[in-house]
Parts: sequence; structure tokens; C-alpha cells
Amino acid sequence: MGVKLLLDKANVPEIRGYEVYRREGGYRSVEKALKEMNPESIVEEVKKSGLRGRGGAGFPTGMKWSFIAKPEGVPRHLVCNADESEPGTFKDRYLMEFLPHLLLEGLIVSSFALGANDTYIYIRGEYAWITDILEEAINEAKANGWLGKNILGTGFECNIYVHRGAGAYICGEETALIESLEGKRGNPRIKPPFPAIQGVWQRPTVVNNVETLAAIVPIINMGGEEYAKIGIGRSTGTKLISACGNINKPGVYEIDMTISVEEFIYSDEYCGGIKGGKQLKACIPGGSSVPILPANLLLKTATGETRYMNYESLSDGGFATGSMLGSGGFIVLDEDQCIVKNTLTLARFYRHESCGQCSPCREGTGWMEKILHKIEHGHGTIADIDLLWDIQRKIEGNTICPLGDAAAWPVAAAIRHFRDEFEWHINNPVLSQTSNFGLQHYADPIHVPA
Amino acid sequence: MTYTFNETQMAELNRLVAHYPEGKQKSALLPALHLAQDSFDGWLPTELMDYVASLLHIEPIEVYEVASFYSMFNLKPVGKFIFEVCQTGPCMISGSDDIIAYIQQQLAIKPGETTKDGVFTLKLVECLGACGYAPMMQVGKIFREHLTKEKVDSIIAEYRATVTK
Repeated sequence: MGVKLLLDKANVPEIRGYEVYRREGGYRSVEKALKEMNPESIVEEVKKSGLRGRGGAGFPTGMKWSFIAKPEGVPRHLVCNADESEPGTFKDRYLMEFLPHLLLEGLIVSSFALGANDTYIYIRGEYAWITDILEEAINEAKANGWLGKNILGTGFECNIYVHRGAGAYICGEETALIESLEGKRGNPRIKPPFPAIQGVWQRPTVVNNVETLAAIVPIINMGGEEYAKIGIGRSTGTKLISACGNINKPGVYEIDMTISVEEFIYSDEYCGGIKGGKQLKACIPGGSSVPILPANLLLKTATGETRYMNYESLSDGGFATGSMLGSGGFIVLDEDQCIVKNTLTLARFYRHESCGQCSPCREGTGWMEKILHKIEHGHGTIADIDLLWDIQRKIEGNTICPLGDAAAWPVAAAIRHFRDEFEWHINNPVLSQTSNFGLQHYADPIHVPA
Repeated sequence: MTYTFNETQMAELNRLVAHYPEGKQKSALLPALHLAQDSFDGWLPTELMDYVASLLHIEPIEVYEVASFYSMFNLKPVGKFIFEVCQTGPCMISGSDDIIAYIQQQLAIKPGETTKDGVFTLKLVECLGACGYAPMMQVGKIFREHLTKEKVDSIIAEYRATVTK
């Protein structure tokens, strides 16, 4: 059993309610932070912890916090990004649904560290029942003196509000989220200025993921240095992984980032192996936008080293032979899955979610979907593969926000590692409609023109 | 048709508006549109959007451009219950295609359509964050997960029973 810092109490009956949460040691970090520490020393602890943003980008949280501008007389805000929408990712949902007070506790400490009095949880609109759970928890916290004016007699005021989105993946991008919080379309802003300088209502704003903010609680309780001892290298602490696809035990797991990918997939403590005793074909280890890897490159790096479930190891080899830990959305595909079809559904997703501001993304995602649709349905040509490659290259890096990259990477990786499957689809237009390419040759990365 | 919130709905709107700083009431637009959609017929006719604009002291166009951007706002009439079935990667590899085909067959409608009796609308949606519990669909406020054909049958019967009662 690995160390658990976030979900250690998740199975305690009634932990969702305040009474049990408090009895189990909840809100201790607020007492420690407000009475024994000051905002600067909290930021220092978070820096020492090595905590990296758990939403997908992995940016060091302490550093992000230290960027916040502090102009005289201008309120600052903390916004919790609960717009979890990256396909394969459902960890924040689990955390909010079962441990709402853990998130609130992290929010209060973080708000104190940033000097924010009004804090918002931007939750995706579809998580409607979780909005109710959070509001109930906020009322309980308020009734017990953890929210509102003069918390613990320290003079610190903190209010937390839940803001429900309405169905838009793009609002997980922090500036689109801010626009949406202001009651507008979720169009990402051009940066600079960064939110830390001008965020919501032109005020300095920090946007952090749910899991990141929950992790502040153990960091304060145990100290940044102790937290940093868990894990390995720059992958400190624990990470929530939401595992799905063709496995025996889909679900949310907390790992300490020292276990191997093989152990994570096959051990009974985690995924419990591939469903129906089938073979592993491929995996998207960090949410749909990160590169898909064939089984061999997933379990071992290109140089034959064991691959581990952490930031560095999963990205070993760069995009040529590696992937990313990303959001921790771990999607497993068995031998019966078709890479072309899987890539098509992801391309459709990104076309649907493109906000339409930048032409490479707005037009490119539509073209990628159309071409993949054509190949999947037996009407593709070999030239279409090169055209797809060309389109994704022209999207990547050419848009205001990372949605363009997120749309380009899955297509690029599918062609990079499974070009033979695309060619088989094209060369066997009738057969490919009723049967599957299976596992042939998938282990070797195939050269594609740069 | 003109729309007016009753006292409870108005109190909820005021509670939502109070979450934001003075003068920033436009921030309450998304929550207010959810409230409006849920309070009336499950969709947002122009007159209802105009009403929301007047309540938040913003221009109608500011409401239209937002309502048309977010997938949860319905700009056309819908059935009493909307089956929003996820079709993205993780659900697809877990068998959502079969579930979608089965629902179409059982309700005799295509995606985007509403049954003649006005009870069900079928909508295909993109990832709802239930990938580990796939295949799944959202109906109203809740997620119906681990769908099988048998489960779909009982869900249809369950909702149908609420209207024939």
C-alpha cells in the first residue's frame, strides 16, 4: 500500500459531513496556518513541498502563488478550477463528491496565503449534484466558524462561492475560465497580462486545480519538506489517477509516483489487469490530449528502462517515444480497440470544444475530424495520412491557448505509433468495417516526415 | 409569452447575484440562465433570455452570445427528460455505440430528436467526466452510469412512469 494523503479517509462513513470530517482531524491545517504561520511562510512551505499543478500542466504551485501582484487597495482572488473536462479525467469529481470539506480546508488556507477574501469554485455545469454537495459543505463550514468574518479570531475573512459552468471544455483553460466567471463566452485571453496581474474583474487572480488545492492540507499539516520526501525527483507527494477503459477495476487511485506503469495496470491494488484477460494494446496515460503510447513504449522507455507513474518517467523520450502524466486521466485500450476510431472520437471532441477564436484550431480541428471520419469509414487515401500530419503540425503552437496543442497531439501520436494501422484501414476499406487491425507491429515507432 | 420568476426563484437569483462584487452582476449570467432554463420549459426562448437580461441589467445580445456558446443551454424546445449520452473515447471503447443504437431503437428517435409524446429527447454529448463508470448518460441533474441494455430499459420505464402517473 502506498502513502495516501488525500484519500486516506475517503472510506470513513459520513466523512462528507462536517462532524465526522472534523472528528477525523479535519481543519487542523487552517488552525495551524492562521495561528502559527503567515502568508509568506505558507507560500514558502508550498515551494518546499515541490507541489506541481495537478490539473495537467504541472507548473510549480508555490512559484505560481509568488507571482500574484499585490497592488494597494485592490482585492485579490483565488479561483478553484473544478471544470474537470479532459476525457479520461474524473478525479476531482471523486474528491469533491466524497471529501468536500478537504477542498474547502485547502481553499481557506490557500486564500489566507494569497490574501484573498472572496474565493470561487468554478465547477463544470454537468456536475450539478456536486454543486449541491459543495454548497451544503460551505454552509456547514460557515456555521462552524471556518468561513465568514474573523475566522478563529484572527481577523481573516474568507467566503467561498460555487459558480456553475454550463458545458464547455475550454473553460478549464484559466483565462477562459475567468471570462466565463465574468458571465461571458469562454474565449481564452491573450497573455500577457497573466491572471496573477489582471485576472477576474481585472484583479490579481490565482487559478488552481481542485486536487492541487486539496494537497495544500497535507503540506501544511506535515510541512513542505516531509511532503517532498514522498515520491521521487521533481514528482513529489501523491497524485490522483483516474483509470478507465478496458481494465478490471476502473476508478480513482491515489499513488505516490514511485510505482511502475506495469504495476499500476496489472496489480490488484490498482487497475487489476486488462478486462477479460485480453492483451494491452495502447494507453493514453494523462488525459485525452497527451500522446497515446503502444504497450511496449508504455511499460518501458525507448532505452528499455522501466516506466514509472510520474511526471519525468512518463515524458521520458519526449513526444517521439514518450507521453505525459498530464491530468492523470489514464485510458487503457485492449487488443480489440481501433486506433483510427479512437482518434476520430477525440478529434470530434476537440472540434466540438474549440472556442473558434483562432483559425488554425477552429478550421484545423474540423478538417482533422472529417479526414479521420473518411478513413474510419473506408474512404481514405494514403495521402490523407500525410495531410492529417500536416494539419496537426500547423495547429500546434499557433493558437492563443493550449486547446490547439491538445487537439493536435493525439492525432500526431496516433500516426507516429500506429501509422501501419491507418494504412491497413485505407488499404482494406471493406474488411476494416467489420474487423480489427489487432496488435500487429504496434510496438515499433514508425518514422514520419518531420 | 412573457416570463416572470416567482418569489422563490427571485430569491435564488438574488442569492446568486450576491456572490459577485457590486456592479459585476453580469457574472451571475451562467447561474441565472440555469435557473431560468430549469424554472420554465427546459429551454431558453428569446423572451426568456430577454427577461434574464433585464434582471441583470445587461443587453439581450450579451445573453444570446453566452447562451449559444455553452452546450447545456437549449435554444430549441426539448422533451421532459433529456438523455445526454456520452460518445467520447473512453465511453466509446467501453461500448457506448451499442447503448446509443439501443436507445435510438427503443425510443424510435435519432440523436437531436424528441419523442412524439414530448417525453424524451436524445442528445449525444462529449465527455462528462464519468469515464470510469462508462457507458453513461446524464438525465437532468444526475448521471446514470454502467449502462447496459437492461438498465436502459428500466431507466426509460422509470421516467415514463413519472409522466403517466
